[in-house]
Amino acid sequence: MNYDLESISLISTYSAMAVYALAFILFTVDLAGRAATEGQSKPTRWLRAATALLALGWAVHVVAVVTRAISANRVPWANMYEFGLTATAALVAVFLGSLFWRDVRYVGAFISGFALLALGIVTVNFYVTVVPLPPALQGYWLIIHVCVAILSTGFFATGAALSVAQLFQESREEGKLQGRSWLFLSAFPSAAELEARAYRILVIGFVFWTFTLVAGAIWAERAWGRYWGWDTKEVWTFIIWTLFAGYIHARATRGWRGRPAAILSLIGFGAVVFNYSIVNIFFKGLHAYSGL
Amino acid sequence: MQPVDLADSTSDFDSPDAPRKNRLDAPIRGPKLGPLEFLRWGWRVLTSMRTAIVLMVLLAFASIPGSLVPQRSSDPNGVIVFRNTDPELFAVYDSFQLFDTFTSVWFSSIYVLLFVSLIGCILPRSLHHWRILRAAPAESPDNWVRLPFRRDEPATGGADAALARAESSLRRARYRVVRDGSEIRAEFGYLRETGNLVFHIALVGILVTLAVAGGYGWNGQRVIVEGQTFTNQLASFDTFNPGAWFSETQLEPYGVGLNTFTAEYTQRSSDDPWVPVDFIAELSVTDDNGTSDATLKVNEPLAVGNSQMYLLGNGFAPIITVRDPDGVVVFEQPVVFLSQDSNLTSVGVVKVPDGLSEQVGMQGFFYPSAVELESGALASNNPEPINPAVTFNIYTGDLGLDSGQTANVFQLPTEDLTLIAGRNTGVDVVLMPGDVFTLPGGLGSVEFSGLRRFIGVEIRHDATQFGVALGVFFAIAGLLASLGTRRRRVWIRVAGNTPTAKLEWGGMARGDDPRLDVALDKLVERSRPTEPDKLGTT
Repeated sequence: MNYDLESISLISTYSAMAVYALAFILFTVDLAGRAATEGQSKPTRWLRAATALLALGWAVHVVAVVTRAISANRVPWANMYEFGLTATAALVAVFLGSLFWRDVRYVGAFISGFALLALGIVTVNFYVTVVPLPPALQGYWLIIHVCVAILSTGFFATGAALSVAQLFQESREEGKLQGRSWLFLSAFPSAAELEARAYRILVIGFVFWTFTLVAGAIWAERAWGRYWGWDTKEVWTFIIWTLFAGYIHARATRGWRGRPAAILSLIGFGAVVFNYSIVNIFFKGLHAYSGL
Repeated sequence: MQPVDLADSTSDFDSPDAPRKNRLDAPIRGPKLGPLEFLRWGWRVLTSMRTAIVLMVLLAFASIPGSLVPQRSSDPNGVIVFRNTDPELFAVYDSFQLFDTFTSVWFSSIYVLLFVSLIGCILPRSLHHWRILRAAPAESPDNWVRLPFRRDEPATGGADAALARAESSLRRARYRVVRDGSEIRAEFGYLRETGNLVFHIALVGILVTLAVAGGYGWNGQRVIVEGQTFTNQLASFDTFNPGAWFSETQLEPYGVGLNTFTAEYTQRSSDDPWVPVDFIAELSVTDDNGTSDATLKVNEPLAVGNSQMYLLGNGFAPIITVRDPDGVVVFEQPVVFLSQDSNLTSVGVVKVPDGLSEQVGMQGFFYPSAVELESGALASNNPEPINPAVTFNIYTGDLGLDSGQTANVFQLPTEDLTLIAGRNTGVDVVLMPGDVFTLPGGLGSVEFSGLRRFIGVEIRHDATQFGVALGVFFAIAGLLASLGTRRRRVWIRVAGNTPTAKLEWGGMARGDDPRLDVALDKLVERSRPTEPDKLGTT
């Protein structure tokens, strides 16, 4: 245990939050700027600065994750604080990575805002000092199971951002949300395009979640003697899996495409957040590793 | 019936991404349905994609009570606590089977309907796909101009040579190709539907495995104290849960003795709580092959016989000796105390029904490292046995053991008993190892005569594991294959005559395919004649 690095990690976390806050402000300024130009969809100069700041914040965030891991001498996801710290880093990484694939900077405000909020809540409420792993958490299954859970959380959150944008855009295309304050939506792609992008990201999240579920089951077999026992966390893992399975089918079904599918995806992400927060803190079960 | 999802059949070939046909969209004509029509209608509704989605969402929501209400399967103690705290609400919940959510009628009916719907969907789809797999790629569409991908290429070197090059370009890209005179028909990505079907069939396989093989499983729990040996027979288990088709002959004969149990703890600083680092149980296993040593740890189950043994709990078992007034031992054994906190403050019960002039029951607390609080009460400040102490509240009266009903060894119903020593009696019973307490009224004496550790193990035979693992493997393989494959069709035809002849390429994808143009342009590119001298390739 290295307690100096532990405090460096915490300082880095707060620094990352500060930079994320700046990025969030600039992303918002960009959207407002686009609204002010009467629907001209050209990105403003603020967008580049916002993206650069987000990348910088992410670099600091990664420092926080890595120093935490080194100070604990293990993977940085053994309790609720560490999961939140690493999962938000994964979320920003998924978003920044998506930029190589498509220009989805228009959801940057959502992503930076969500990362800031999540990181703030996690650090203020769930922070725990580094302690050794209890016997049940020792072994490589912690690395595999929680790592894929973190990755899929990152993808689900990015997909949720796109689904939110899709819902607004869909309303706008139907003639609602026409006021000046909604003009920034003209900077966004069409609802159909947003849906297609959300779908591709959420499908990746679904595959990772499937691995989370299976790796968790294998680990549960080793640790608790059964691969599935409807422990509260298992119940919610199943709920999330079923909801996103439903989403994938809805995307491909006439009458469910568009708004209903997007709502289903948001319900799914709501379940992910619920599973992490409420279930961890208030529900009884075998997954009592919040460290709180 | 015209499936609406397939209405646009030029762009939606064979089974779509939305593989289920949206039969609900079809109008249902006629005011009256006969019984047969009604059944047919019901079947169509059930196997429609929309119903499947609704059932999936319902299944997700129906699972929620299973996390809110303690379940008999995963938290039997919680159920008992619930019943004791609120018997009326318990009765209401119980009538809705809320304590057995995942085996309840309502939960079961949702997933049974979902799987019937699934089977009703994949059977015709599999048949359809089987035919597609054996058939040649489809005819070119009548409405060529509506194809999303179209390119015209000069037929360099003559139509035949150009077609041959195009064919080999397609074959190298693993398209299924048919050359039909001056036309080429090609198709790629059958794996998308194959993988999709494999995924869904694997899910059915998992469910069938659970239903069939689940009945052959069994599991039991047992506490083993250091120095004791567990023999694998029905009577040796503390609790035992047989599957529906369990027979006692399934229990292979073996014995497992606990030699020593070691727990390691650490703390960050002297103000922080102790946290466990390792639990190690050293065992001797006796089976047909003789006796051998084995180690059992958390996350490292022990394979013994046809079963697996898991380390689930541990604690202390103080040895309690009770003697009658003449010094004759009437009770002497390690008593399992269940830990209540991280410093292993533990509670246990000693029942002495015979040998003394009255039946004696004792409620005890065990402190591995006893310290006295300001209030005078004891607490444990370390999970290791540095300063072990036992305290007792001692009762006399009818322990209720003769009624024939099975009694909980960890509970002492004290309503009908008389407290003779312990808390609030003026006679505290605090015993360090070797201490003897003389019972009031000349009943006899109690001694804390030694200390052992115990482990709680689960022994389990699960016949579903292999089948479920196989199903999961195929499900994931199918999912990845399906999601990673794009379904594409390409047609090539010759237009015009030599020397101005050209090849017309047309292509389309099934479902969303943002990379269609890029992928097919690459195929066109590869079909061009290789000319090493050619300058300025773009």
